[in-house]
Amino acid sequence: MAFMGDMMNPAPLWQNGPSPGAFYNFPGNSSTFGPGNRSAQDFKAHSATPITTTTTVIGLKFDKGIVIAADTLGSYGTLARFRDCPRVMKVNDLILLGSGGDYADFQYLKDIIEQKIIDEKCVGDGLLLKPRSLYCWLTRVLYNKRSKMDPLWNNYVVAGIQDGEPFLGAVDKLGTAYEDAAIATGLGAYMATPLLREAVDKGNLDEQSAKAIVRKCMEVLFYRDARAFQRYQLGVVTADGVVIDDVAEIKHDWSLAHMIHMK
Amino acid sequence: MSSIGTGYDLSASQFSPDGRVFQVEYAAKAVENSGTVIGLRGKDGVVFAVEKLVTSKLYEPGANKRIFHVDEHVGMAVAGLISDARQIVETARSEASNYRSQYGIPVPLKYLNERVSMYMHAYTLYSAVRPYGCSVVMGTWTEHEGPQMYMLDPSGVAFSYFGCAVGKAKQAAKTEIEKLKLADMTVKELVKEAARIIYLVHDELKDKQFELELSWVCAATEGRHELVPRDVASEAENTAKQALADIEDSDDGDM
Repeated sequence: MAFMGDMMNPAPLWQNGPSPGAFYNFPGNSSTFGPGNRSAQDFKAHSATPITTTTTVIGLKFDKGIVIAADTLGSYGTLARFRDCPRVMKVNDLILLGSGGDYADFQYLKDIIEQKIIDEKCVGDGLLLKPRSLYCWLTRVLYNKRSKMDPLWNNYVVAGIQDGEPFLGAVDKLGTAYEDAAIATGLGAYMATPLLREAVDKGNLDEQSAKAIVRKCMEVLFYRDARAFQRYQLGVVTADGVVIDDVAEIKHDWSLAHMIHMK
Repeated sequence: MSSIGTGYDLSASQFSPDGRVFQVEYAAKAVENSGTVIGLRGKDGVVFAVEKLVTSKLYEPGANKRIFHVDEHVGMAVAGLISDARQIVETARSEASNYRSQYGIPVPLKYLNERVSMYMHAYTLYSAVRPYGCSVVMGTWTEHEGPQMYMLDPSGVAFSYFGCAVGKAKQAAKTEIEKLKLADMTVKELVKEAARIIYLVHDELKDKQFELELSWVCAATEGRHELVPRDVASEAENTAKQALADIEDSDDGDM
């Protein structure tokens, strides 16, 4: 029956013209917008830009655990829009998670992680998700999303206790991941990392000094990062469990502003 | 049963001439063969206790559990065919998770009960399926509404209870539960009572081996459903055994 041609996709009547049976499907006609009429060029990334965003997350390893900090501002572009966006979450007694980037994407993934933890409790074997497992899972989820050209626009900092040892890792929106003793995402990667690394290189960090350094970083970032905020969360994970402090406030002092000369 | 063999008991989709659905009644019979399950609703929480009959010495301790977590805040104790019950547990879990993802809050037990009982009821309507051979007890505690507890039957009927019992010795257990002032009791007291009742109604002649399962969901666990901690559970179990021994001693004395 080859002489009949392809009956399902008949050749057009004339070059670039309509094919038989599709006579009235002129370009722009509503029937051309159906899902069957899409070409590869019509697909586009849906998360080309983040909307409500949060800035830096800081993670610092000390001898017995990890400290994580992140401020609570949700920015709408340059507008400081939401003042209470908590983004340091307790996953279970072993894991703390911090997120920067699109806040809606974080909330979406947070719900999924919380259900994961409930499912795990339902199994009832008493085993807990470990930080390295969550870290690896995040790389898979984020890499999958980016491969669909629809990334979750976040940087995640996973902190926890893995078999008694502190664990600190970061995953970005592409699924790229690394472990380090000091991590700062967003603008903090440029301004906080040097301060954190200096402390790590000195060695012998305990909880108190680690917290003090992280608080110092939050202050520096508040002064220099225009998307940062004076209120922030600080969480600590040790073998004793996870503690997220009440939102702390930086006592800022702009009297040093006279040092800045605009020309 | 005179109705056996009259042809109306082969399908769940047909009534008998006197207005009964035999398949559903047989399912209820399956539940009556199972170990006793009780649920007690006190003033600050709900306690579940299960007499889990161990049918072979070759089972590991703790095998074939009959108390399940459905969600963070909901527990479920089951009587009847364990494999049927597990599917009800799975349904309840997915309904709870579904509700959470849609509304962003833990499912209120009232709604979870509605969904699970409608699911069980659907299996009493068609000739192609059989009803579930299990009854389940669900319980929760919330700051706002306090303790709540429901028991679901194979028929799809569910009621809210102060105290309920299902399984082999449900009559004896109910008689014991009725003696308690449930509304005034704390879960700590109820755990002891629950353990005592299970030991009391256990028939040592017919079923030799059993394990006691205890769980609670209460103010002290911040509304989370948890197995009763080992020390509290073994204390309750010991008092239960002691109480039973005392009764037997006094019986001997009378004779």
